[in-house]
Amino acid sequence: MADPLVMPHVLEYPGGYTRSVGPVIGRFLTGLRDGRIEAVKLADGRVLVPPTEYDPSTSAEVEAEGSHWIEVGPRGTVQTYTWVAEPRAGKHPLTKPFAFALIRPDGADTALLHVVDCQSADAIRIGLRVAPRWKNERTGHITDIEAFVPLGDGEEPEPPAVHPPAEDEQPVTGITVETRLEYRLTAGEATARYLEGLGQGKIIGGRAPDSSDVYAASRGTDPISGQATTVEVEVQSSGVVTTFCVVNIPGLSELAPEIPYVSAQILLDGANNTFFGLIRGVEVDDVHMGMRVKAKWADELKPDHTSILWWEPTGEPDEEYERYKDYL
Amino acid sequence: MRDVGIVSFAQTAVARDDRHNETEMLVPTIQAAIKQSGIAKDDLGFVCSGSLDYLQGGPFAFVSGLDAVGSWPPMRESHVEMDAAWALYEAWVGIQSGEFESALVYGFGKSSPGDLHEIMTLQTDPYYMVPLWPSMVDMAALQARAYLDASGKEESDLADVAARSQRNAKSNPYAIRSGDLDAKQVLAQPVTHDPLRDADIPPITDGTAAVVIAAGDLARSVCERPAWIRALDHRIEAHALGVRDLATSDSTTIAGERAGVHDGDIDVAELHAQFSHEELILAEALGLDGDTVINPSGGPLASNPVMSAGLIRMGEVARRIIAGEAQRGIAHATSGPCLQQNLVCVLEGN
Amino acid sequence: MAGNRVAVVGIGQTQHRAARKDVSMAGLVREAAVEALEDAGMTWSDIDAVVVGKAPDMFEGVAMPELYLADALGAVGKPMMRVHTAGSVGGSTSIVAAKLVAAGIHERVLTVAYEKQSESNATWGLSVPMPFQAPLVAGAGGYFAPLIRAYMYRSGAPRHIGHLVAVKDRLAALRNPKAHLHLPDIDLKTVEESFLLWDPLRYLDVCPSSDGAMAMVMGSEKVGDASEGAVAWVHGMAMRSEPTMFARRDQVNPQAGKDCAKDLYAQAGITDPRNDFDCAEVYVPFSWYEPMWLENLGFCDDGDGWKLTEAGATAPDGDIPWNPSGGVLSSNPIGASGMVRFGEAAQQVRGRAGDYQVELKTGKALGHAYGGGSQFYSMWVVGSEKP
Repeated sequence: MADPLVMPHVLEYPGGYTRSVGPVIGRFLTGLRDGRIEAVKLADGRVLVPPTEYDPSTSAEVEAEGSHWIEVGPRGTVQTYTWVAEPRAGKHPLTKPFAFALIRPDGADTALLHVVDCQSADAIRIGLRVAPRWKNERTGHITDIEAFVPLGDGEEPEPPAVHPPAEDEQPVTGITVETRLEYRLTAGEATARYLEGLGQGKIIGGRAPDSSDVYAASRGTDPISGQATTVEVEVQSSGVVTTFCVVNIPGLSELAPEIPYVSAQILLDGANNTFFGLIRGVEVDDVHMGMRVKAKWADELKPDHTSILWWEPTGEPDEEYERYKDYL
Repeated sequence: MRDVGIVSFAQTAVARDDRHNETEMLVPTIQAAIKQSGIAKDDLGFVCSGSLDYLQGGPFAFVSGLDAVGSWPPMRESHVEMDAAWALYEAWVGIQSGEFESALVYGFGKSSPGDLHEIMTLQTDPYYMVPLWPSMVDMAALQARAYLDASGKEESDLADVAARSQRNAKSNPYAIRSGDLDAKQVLAQPVTHDPLRDADIPPITDGTAAVVIAAGDLARSVCERPAWIRALDHRIEAHALGVRDLATSDSTTIAGERAGVHDGDIDVAELHAQFSHEELILAEALGLDGDTVINPSGGPLASNPVMSAGLIRMGEVARRIIAGEAQRGIAHATSGPCLQQNLVCVLEGN
Repeated sequence: MAGNRVAVVGIGQTQHRAARKDVSMAGLVREAAVEALEDAGMTWSDIDAVVVGKAPDMFEGVAMPELYLADALGAVGKPMMRVHTAGSVGGSTSIVAAKLVAAGIHERVLTVAYEKQSESNATWGLSVPMPFQAPLVAGAGGYFAPLIRAYMYRSGAPRHIGHLVAVKDRLAALRNPKAHLHLPDIDLKTVEESFLLWDPLRYLDVCPSSDGAMAMVMGSEKVGDASEGAVAWVHGMAMRSEPTMFARRDQVNPQAGKDCAKDLYAQAGITDPRNDFDCAEVYVPFSWYEPMWLENLGFCDDGDGWKLTEAGATAPDGDIPWNPSGGVLSSNPIGASGMVRFGEAAQQVRGRAGDYQVELKTGKALGHAYGGGSQFYSMWVVGSEKP
């Protein structure tokens, strides 16, 4: 049995998600850029902040007959809080311990989520009066407020630095949000076994005890029965191209070769499933269905996919269509 | 409404499984549920699952779960990107429509590979909340504080729940945490996410669950004491934390009333309370008094395989009914930050 | 079809575009939902439950977006669900919603499917590199192009067949104001000269990447009878799935698709699809899938699909128009596309397809969606009359 195999993985859309915000969120964010907290006063008098586009009680558009925008705060009151003793680097807005809080700005009927920069866990409580500390440079983002800070009795909130409008500055229409998530993913027994085999120059497949179908590079089950493929079966590293396409799009994968290249479904001798492989060692135009191929092993074998560089023609006569037609 | 009963239940849960991928973890669970049910795989009318691609770090992750079912010949099959409790709901609706007589429902997910608490941040408002990255526990802590303040309950009340969960879990072979814990010991733990302590926060769990449900006559033919689903109702609240009353769970109250929770005695209640304060909020929302046994399995505070935990609540009540240990019980499932969405299921024996 | 009768009483969709930068995610779904409600003559408070469908969360980077969308879709205080069955999701979501009515659980259900994939990038979203998987990533077309080659081999179809579909569907889309692609100058030559992406698929043989949403209001028979507007009645609905890969799998003409159609046709009393339907809205994201699905769905014998296409049978003026809306080839918000097919079929039998309305003789239409490695199928038959 192979050792457990775990590898790191990062899920991140490069550059961050480009989110268009629409007019309501856009107006609120534009207000933040200008150093103001804006809210929508609904027709029934409720003041909603941060303004979502649709009334949480009725689903009506908040910008409807009888509603209008008003400024709220800047002072506010903490409705609830928690202390973050170990801020998450690269994610939480502050690098030193802080409090998350739901803060109800003066004049509003709802609370907004933000952070409170206070000295310690003891300094935050329900009912604490706070005011925003604005970033000097603001872009129209919830983080234009760097944090809320406790406001003493009689203390005036610090006004925001004036945001000098850039030439042709428009109301905020979008934000970019990075969301990087890290994982340690498990290969699973069947894949670990397969990759270990690659490191030994072998292709290890598996079959379920009750079946004769051998799955090369399987995810661990016989998909027909749902049984685990616990019986190891070595499969040959030669087989046939059942079908293929010529890829002409550059940059689809980090390890993709120069275009054009051939991505083929390959049925290995001894296996009952196909998988995708890169074909080389032959002119792209000469690749054809039925072509017999064999693995081109790397000089240095490792228990990962780098051990098989590509698949190349064996030079043998083509496989007859009858032999592989059930695998298309 | 047709009689529909849960006729089998299986689960797995470990703190971390580095050896098996999700599909491999599912195989024994699904096989056990099918075997226990007495209904052959090829006779199952429908398959429905619940899972979350984000737990696996890639799109279409749920597709690999199907390999553990053996969906050949092709089966009627569907999937929700929600806790499998809602997959059971979809299957139940299908049986009510008369299209099929039985269904396999399963949930799976590993919380150990990624940072679960950060992943759940992505459930929140993409414009106003995500950029601040409040984690799943940060948000739960906000609710805990709001609840303590509004209810007059104290941290010791939370500790009672946390301790009882682990004591109950001693009889649960799938518990990640269990033991002779008392409230005093919990209170001695450091507060990590004010006001929550480690015991108030669910353990990271990798796990799977599967259930087979069947309509009236079929259920009776394969199971002596099916756990009949008397009612299922679920409701969602507004999304923003700042517009909701975090100290109560109105959607749970509504779902409970619609499901007729108090139409009979409640011998056992399994609540999908991932945090200790949630159990108190939910028990109040459902009008459960001190006499009802809550989470005899230990609940999510003992074992929390995300995306299966709600289905497991139903399974835990069902298996007690099937075994004759209980006559009537309620199971609850939740989704979203701070109990935003809630499902209540009433189960009863013959 | 099992259960009570189901009526489609309202339909709405967004203007599909490469990027809907004028709206937020909520704004996008709202646009479709509001149109559907207005079409149904209803308000938010009339709706009993909401069912949302979309493809992987990673496209927009929002986990379980129904939670965020509850307010926007009038779901507060109501049951809400989110279906995810890969590319077929728009269809399966429609079926989940319809079943709630068929089972007598609810009287009026709003269902919405959407994708705002411009917030990331569809190619990235469809092929996020994962460890332990072979590093060769060929993109979505790279998965299907080899199967198309196999079809061409099996059937002997000439190489230009796919291009005929590419032209037909884009010309049809010119009459659909909501379609993303409007390519008035498209012809066989421009398709043949367009960039060869995955041999044999050329750039114009491939669907666009779109932002968009689709919504429908489904009601009970009582609601349908009371409706002042046109109603489409559900005559049948079916779903089937098979594993991505298994021994001796026919990937070109998958059994799950055939079984799904067989079940569906039995429910809806369809014995001769080509003649029993007035039209079909079928999930064709790559041009060649039209001839392939013609066979899979029993519109002709195996091997003859391309002949039907070549003969013009599936053109808007043919005897069995396929994708008179322009189809997936003209608009593809991935999570919505299946529901767009289901909804466009319903619009046809309601007589509400505007400039791309087909002539109604049988009053029945097929809606179809598929996803994953050609493994998930959802289909329905809708009719102008009650079943």
